[in-house]
Amino acid sequence: MSGSIIVKGARILGAESQDVLVRDGVIAQMGSDISEQGARVIDAAGLVALPGLVDLHTHLREPGFEQSETVLTGSRAAAAGGFTAVHAMANTSPVADTAGVVEQVASLGDAAGYVTVRPVGAVTVGLKGEALAEIGAMARSRAAVRVFSDDGKCVSDALLMRRALEYVKAFDGVIAQHAQEPRLTEGAQMNEGEVSGELGLAGWPAVAEEAIIARDVLLAEHVGSRVHICHLSTAGSVEVVRWAKSRGIAVTAEVTPHHLLLDEQLVRSYDARYKVNPPLRRAEDVEALRAGLADGTIDIVATDHAPHPAEDKDCEWASAAFGMVGLETALSVVQAAVVDTGHLEWTDVARVLSRTPAEIGRLAGYEQGIAVGAPANFTLYDDSVTSILEAGALRGKSSNSPYLSLSLPGRVVGTIHAGYATVLDGELVDEETVREAGGRRG
Amino acid sequence: MRHLLSTRDLTRDDAVAILDVAEDMADVSTREIKKLPALRGKTVVNLFFEDSTRTRISFEAAAKRLSADVINFAAKGSSVSKGESLKDTAQTLAAIGADAVVVRHGASGAPQVLATSGWIDAGVVNAGDGTHEHPTQALLDAFTIRRRFFGTDARGRDLAGLSVVIVGDVIHSRVARSNAWLLTTLGASVRLVAPPTLLPVGVNTWPVTVDYSLDDSLAKPADVVMMLRVQGERMNAAFFPNAREYSRLWGLDDARLAGLGEGTIVMHPGPMNRGLEISSGAADSARSTVLEQVSNGVSVRMAVLYLLLSGEREDLA
Repeated sequence: MSGSIIVKGARILGAESQDVLVRDGVIAQMGSDISEQGARVIDAAGLVALPGLVDLHTHLREPGFEQSETVLTGSRAAAAGGFTAVHAMANTSPVADTAGVVEQVASLGDAAGYVTVRPVGAVTVGLKGEALAEIGAMARSRAAVRVFSDDGKCVSDALLMRRALEYVKAFDGVIAQHAQEPRLTEGAQMNEGEVSGELGLAGWPAVAEEAIIARDVLLAEHVGSRVHICHLSTAGSVEVVRWAKSRGIAVTAEVTPHHLLLDEQLVRSYDARYKVNPPLRRAEDVEALRAGLADGTIDIVATDHAPHPAEDKDCEWASAAFGMVGLETALSVVQAAVVDTGHLEWTDVARVLSRTPAEIGRLAGYEQGIAVGAPANFTLYDDSVTSILEAGALRGKSSNSPYLSLSLPGRVVGTIHAGYATVLDGELVDEETVREAGGRRG
Repeated sequence: MRHLLSTRDLTRDDAVAILDVAEDMADVSTREIKKLPALRGKTVVNLFFEDSTRTRISFEAAAKRLSADVINFAAKGSSVSKGESLKDTAQTLAAIGADAVVVRHGASGAPQVLATSGWIDAGVVNAGDGTHEHPTQALLDAFTIRRRFFGTDARGRDLAGLSVVIVGDVIHSRVARSNAWLLTTLGASVRLVAPPTLLPVGVNTWPVTVDYSLDDSLAKPADVVMMLRVQGERMNAAFFPNAREYSRLWGLDDARLAGLGEGTIVMHPGPMNRGLEISSGAADSARSTVLEQVSNGVSVRMAVLYLLLSGEREDLA
């Protein structure tokens, strides 16, 4: 009948096996040997159950760049990666700087039903860095925006950043800063250092990120606001955030899966799949980011899923677009980079990929994780398999993944969003079924 | 040799072999009939995304002296400006039946992308890519140095024991990069001289020494002084205050020329900014190899095309 689900024998957060009964969108019961008449039974023996993953940094590209991704295709990629909520960045066309655009994105997300789509609002009109966008209108709209970001561009004007940090306090919002000093990175193509010097590619120096983070944590302290730093990529950034936290500044920070796994040596191939902003850094930076995530300096992992059509990557480096897709592979890359290396336990993964990003984004329902009475958002993950990533495993519209033909651990076997399945047996549930299930919920 | 993309991955023996074949090609150029039938029936495409008449005609002369058919393809615009993309251009050339593509491109790495993309089977010669490499320029510079110092004994030799000073805009110079790798591979010692703003971060890991002062560097013995072209617009991006100060501190003027050791030669890849990085006195002196570099360029490019297109392309031998 109502679509109750019993998950049998999943290792909750990688610990002891339990059955989980999902009824009416919530976790109704946990324990052993649960049964219920008419419920769909999912055999999850040996699988790790994690709370539904929440991405604070996703580019869904719609409206305006539907050749790269749409809300629907990006939602499917997210579900396939074990996500149940994503925050859709504002650099669309038109820019998400008005209530109308954010409401449209949210309703496209609701209609698709695969994940909860939380629009991010622009900080400045048109991402131009000149005038504040209608932050209040977006916060009070049906989309209830809480995260504001000019991501892709840095709010580089110090006064504007100060005002934005102050203003969002009225709406319990947060500014998510893309930390990139623009003058220091004009024409930048890759991390500035030994490799850029050899390859003759214009450098993106670490200091261009670190200087903005240092400025912004001091601004946040001065005006008593919280600030979130997108995609930390350097060892120095970790140091600055660690110092800020030790002073009690309300800063949170994210790192992407790719910055936890890949380094700048890959650029030697001039293969534009490795072109991303901020750029891949040195191996020492990768190590510092892992350590920062492990000790809590870095709060969350966020994908910066950035789809681009083939023609924007199938070209010489300087002409190629920045960015890589990451929703489908996030959990596998996190396992490879920080779980299998001993930096994080599965309970930590639940924190950095679910509870804390939801908290930063003020998204309710993720406080308890997998617990009786909580909304049924979780994913079932097989951490014991290893496979070569093929393009077919990418479920979004674009295939600009740096991991293609690499061997990665793990596989998302099932995803439950708001009490209904979006992924079963490793395959996406079809669009109509998901749309109907989502509609019943609404 | 399948492609020539950089000097960084040439071994000493590879490089000496190319220079020795270039000696043979230079001999051909002294004959009454300056032409060999070696590449008859082969098609060489000069694919130039950037203007460079000097490099293009050098490659054209080299290919024609080897009896290859030459197509000059000046591709204006790039995929950025929504012109034809590198991929489309490459596939067009593959369809035409190009055996070798000599590519000049404003983007670092474009020749490598062309060679590894699978878009085209032809051998690829890098004729200068962005601020990355210009391997045939470095080879012709090495050839010129070897001839000047070893004359008819040059064959089979490397540049061990020679010291080379390279002066100027290293950070933006593909010539400096290719020379730094090649000349040190061949056993020369290389000193880079430039204002700190015109040296790349990480230059300390290169197999060279670095001086900020030209006068200090020239106070030490040097067999070769190689001046790099400096673009005047660099001063607008605050690399140095103005042309006058640059010239005074890092230019090879008549006074510095007069102070050079007896056998020291002066090189410049051209085109020169007379009065900026090099005085006319220096450019036109007997020490200057500027015109030899141009004629040696044809011999070296003949050698490269020959090694790429005749017989076993996988092997230099």
